[in-house]
Amino acid sequence: MTDTTRRTVVTPAVPVAAPTPAPAPRHARVWRGLTPWLFLLAPLALLITFTYAPIANMLAYSFTDWDGVSPELHYTGGHNYTELFTRPELFEVFFVSGYYLAASAVQIVAALYFATVLSFDVRFRNFFKGVLFFPYLINGVAIGFVFLYFFQDGGTLDSVLALFGYDPDHAWLGTPVSANTSLAGVSVWRYLGLNFVLFLGAIQSIPGELYEAAELDGANRWQQFRHIIAPGIKPVLTLTVILSVSGSLSAFEIPYIMTGGATGTETFVIQTVKLAFQFNKTGLASAAAVVLLLIVLAVTWVQRRLVPDDKVDLV
Amino acid sequence: MTRRTVTRTLVYLSLIAAAVVVLLPLGVVFLTSLKTPEEMADGSGALTLPGDLLNLHNYVTAFRDGRMLSAFGNTAFVLVFAIGGTVLIGSMTAYAIDRFTFRFRKLVVALFLVAALVPGVTTQVATFQIVNSFGMFDTRWAPIALYMGTDIVSIYIFLQFVRSIPVSLDESARLDGANAFTIYRKIIFPLLKPAIATVVIVKGITVYNDFYIPFLYMPSEDLGVISTSLFRFRGPFGAHWETISAGAVLVILPTLVVFLFLQRFIYNGFMKGATR
Repeated sequence: MTDTTRRTVVTPAVPVAAPTPAPAPRHARVWRGLTPWLFLLAPLALLITFTYAPIANMLAYSFTDWDGVSPELHYTGGHNYTELFTRPELFEVFFVSGYYLAASAVQIVAALYFATVLSFDVRFRNFFKGVLFFPYLINGVAIGFVFLYFFQDGGTLDSVLALFGYDPDHAWLGTPVSANTSLAGVSVWRYLGLNFVLFLGAIQSIPGELYEAAELDGANRWQQFRHIIAPGIKPVLTLTVILSVSGSLSAFEIPYIMTGGATGTETFVIQTVKLAFQFNKTGLASAAAVVLLLIVLAVTWVQRRLVPDDKVDLV
Repeated sequence: MTRRTVTRTLVYLSLIAAAVVVLLPLGVVFLTSLKTPEEMADGSGALTLPGDLLNLHNYVTAFRDGRMLSAFGNTAFVLVFAIGGTVLIGSMTAYAIDRFTFRFRKLVVALFLVAALVPGVTTQVATFQIVNSFGMFDTRWAPIALYMGTDIVSIYIFLQFVRSIPVSLDESARLDGANAFTIYRKIIFPLLKPAIATVVIVKGITVYNDFYIPFLYMPSEDLGVISTSLFRFRGPFGAHWETISAGAVLVILPTLVVFLFLQRFIYNGFMKGATR
C-alpha cells in the first residue's frame, strides 16, 4: 500500500550503492544467522526465567511437601492433589467463584446494552463513555477503600437508602452471601468499562450503510441489534465471555483488599497466596496453582476453538 | 408522547443512572476527604457537604504520615525502568521475529504465544523462589524484572506495527551498508513511535495500578509504591475515613488527569491489548 510511495522516496540512494552484493563470505553468513538471536537474547532469557522456569518448578513442587524455606523436601506423589480435592474447606473456594461468574454475566449484558445505546447518536456521548470506562483505570486499592466506605455502617450506601426512607440495619459485608454479592458488585463496577469499550469498538467498526439500509427497510432498533450488531460483535463477545470465566476464577485484588478473605469471601487465589506465604505450604499451594492454571488453559483452548484467530484480529 | 420519545427518555434515564452509580461512590469519598474528624463523628451521614470546602488538612496528613511522597518516588522509579525495558524488549523481539528467518523461529513465536495464556497470578508461588534466589526480593528490581519479562501484550502490539513498516525500507538501508542494528535503531525504532505511545500508556497505567507484585515482592515500608502504601493506611488510620479518603483521592487524581488528556489513546490502547 504505502510501499510504493515510500520506495520512490528511497530509490535515489540505490544507484549510489554497489549492485546486488556478491555471495557473502562465510563469517558474514554466520554473523547474519546470529543476528536475530542477539536481538532475542534478553527477551528469551526473561521469558524463560520468569514464565517457563516457574511453571516447571511449580509442577515439581506440587509433588512434594516443601515448606518454601527448609533445604529438605520429600516426594509425596499425588498427595497434594488428593488433599486439594478431598478436603472440603480447600475446595469451597470454587463456590465463591460462582458469585463472580454470575456478576460477569450481569456485567456483559449491561456492557452490551450501554455499548449499543451509545453507538447511536446520543447527547453527551463522550461524557457517558468516559464515565463508564474510567473505573477500569482506577487503582485497585483505591477502589477497595472507596467501596469499604460505600458499604460501611452509615457509609455511602446506607446514607443513600436513608434518603429514600429505607433504613436497613444490615452489615453489608457481614454475612457470606451479602459480602460476596457486594464484592462481586464492586467487580462489575470496576470491569464493566473494559467490556463496554470493547463492544463499542466492535459495533462502530460495522459500516454505517448497513444501518441506513435496514432503516430504509423499516427495521426497528431491536431488529437492527438482532441482525446487524449481534453478528458483528460475536468474536469479541466470545472473547469477553472467556476472559470473564478466567477472571472470575482468579479474582484476587478486590476481595483481598476489602475483606482479606474473611466471612467466606476467600477466593482461589487468596487461598493459594495464604497457603504459600502465610502457612508455608509451598507444595500444596503449587498443586492448587497447577489446578488453576490447567483450568484457565482449558478455558482458553475452548475459546481458540470457538473463535479462530483471524476473526478476533478484525476487531 | 410517541413511543420513540418514551424509549429515548428511558435510554437517557438509564445512562444517567449508570453515571450516578459510577460517580457517587467516588464523589462521596472526595467529600469525605475534605471533612474534619469532628464532622465525621457528628453522625450527619456520608452525603453531607464538608463545612470547609478547602480543608486540605487530611491531604497533608495522608501525604506526610502515609509516606505518599516516597511512594510516588518508588512508583516513578519502577515505572521508568519497567516501561523503558518493555519498549526495548518488545520492539527488539518484534523486529527479530518479523524481519528474520532463522531456525526455531516458529518455536520462539510459540513460546511467546503460549506464555501470553498463562495468568501471572497462578505462577507467583514458584516465581517467588526464583526472584528470591537472584537476591532481588525486597528490592525495586523484582517488580521491574517481572514487568519487563512477562509482558507479551506489548510484544504483540509491536509485532503488528513492525509488520506494517515496508521491508523495502530495510533493504535500501542495507544496500547503503547499514547493518541489522543500525536498521533497528535508525529506521524501525523511530517509525514505531505510535506503538511506543500505546505501550507506554497501557503499561504505565497497569504498573501504576498493580498491587499484587509489589505487595508480594517489596514488603518493607521504605519500598512502598502507591498501591502498597495506600494499602497500609488501614492500620494506622484505622477508622479515620477522612485520611483514608484523602489517600485514595491522591492516588486516583493522577489517573484522572492522564485519562482526561489522553482519552483517545487510552481507549485504543486497551482495546488492542485485550483483543490480542
